[in-house]
Amino acid sequence: MFDWIQNIADWFVFDIVNMSSGSHLAEALNFFIYDTIKILLLLFIIIFLMGIINSYFPVDRVRNFLSRNKLYGFEYLTASLFGVVTPFCSCSSVPLFIGFVKGGIPLGVTFSFLITSPLVNEVAIGLFIGLFGVKVTLIYVVTGVLLGTVSGAILQRMKLEKYLTPWVRDVLATAQKEQDSFQEEHQTTSKRLSIIWNEVIKILKGVVPYVIIGIAIGGLMHGYIPEGFFEKYMSKDNLFAVPIATILAVPMYSNASGILPIVQVLVSKGIPIGTAIAFMMAVVGLSLPEAMLLKKVMTFKLIGTFFGVVTLCIIISGYLFNVIL
Amino acid sequence: MSKDIKILGTGCPNCLQTITITEKVVNDNNIDATIEKVDDIMNIMSYNILSTPAVVVDGEVKIRGRVPTKAELEELLK
Repeated sequence: MFDWIQNIADWFVFDIVNMSSGSHLAEALNFFIYDTIKILLLLFIIIFLMGIINSYFPVDRVRNFLSRNKLYGFEYLTASLFGVVTPFCSCSSVPLFIGFVKGGIPLGVTFSFLITSPLVNEVAIGLFIGLFGVKVTLIYVVTGVLLGTVSGAILQRMKLEKYLTPWVRDVLATAQKEQDSFQEEHQTTSKRLSIIWNEVIKILKGVVPYVIIGIAIGGLMHGYIPEGFFEKYMSKDNLFAVPIATILAVPMYSNASGILPIVQVLVSKGIPIGTAIAFMMAVVGLSLPEAMLLKKVMTFKLIGTFFGVVTLCIIISGYLFNVIL
Repeated sequence: MSKDIKILGTGCPNCLQTITITEKVVNDNNIDATIEKVDDIMNIMSYNILSTPAVVVDGEVKIRGRVPTKAELEELLK
């Protein structure tokens, strides 16, 4: 499917720049060009598709759906799936959290949405297909959705409402179920498309620098680090590798676009894919900046419990990945 | 009558961008309007929105969860 991109990369490196094949620099450059073109193309397609879905299911409609329908236990899965199609901006997490809980959606279901949304989104999926192929992408998406579902259900069981900050509890006590106040924007198809198009360009512009820097670093590592380099330190047999990688990653923050190209090189140099993905999920899904934002609505105890449960689930999925792949 | 524009957002890059664009549209078209930044979360929540940035014109939420384009704002404010 991507042969033609490889041809472009070969042609540029070996014919135009006239490097000899086999040198580290030529290989790094070739890898960089091939990966950049392929990934930007995939990102464009996936972001556009998700933009269309999201335009018809905006987050307001998701909330109304979740608060109106009795889903008999499937509400966690549904919230998690909606998290996939909703683009996530960390600065919206607080209004979103309050809006959901205020709409009568249980805390655990809200968490399901909040966990999956940054983990599995258009940018992550586009990059995953480009770097790891369709099979690994599918496993990643399914794992991400289940992670949100299970963590949400566990958090719900723990009855954590009393650990919300006092003003949020006041809001909840006084709020009647607000459901019908959302006025759907009436849009013609052409206006809708132009809005989606603008969003696609904006998201692409936002991630392109990260992707290019990530691929450049990845390209350098690819050319210079010998195959199997990391195997000595982080083999599948090392049972501590997954938890250590996950816990190290929790305070760090990067979006999927920056971290994934580097993860791919780590994997190609011998780090087991489950360990690498656990690391990536913890970097993308949990971070200190996010904890600071959530402080406005949750007490430390609640944030700690939330991070703890999600970390645990990420570690378990890391082991699972290592076993399956 | 002067229009009352409120930009809701907690200060993320998208919100700042929305403020810049709105200010530009208002100045370029000589629109009689006041622009107010609302960054207090409790205040933002009173507009019943789920994602920021949002643009409120005369008390009505017109744009939610995305940065509007210049053309869109011009149409909205004229």
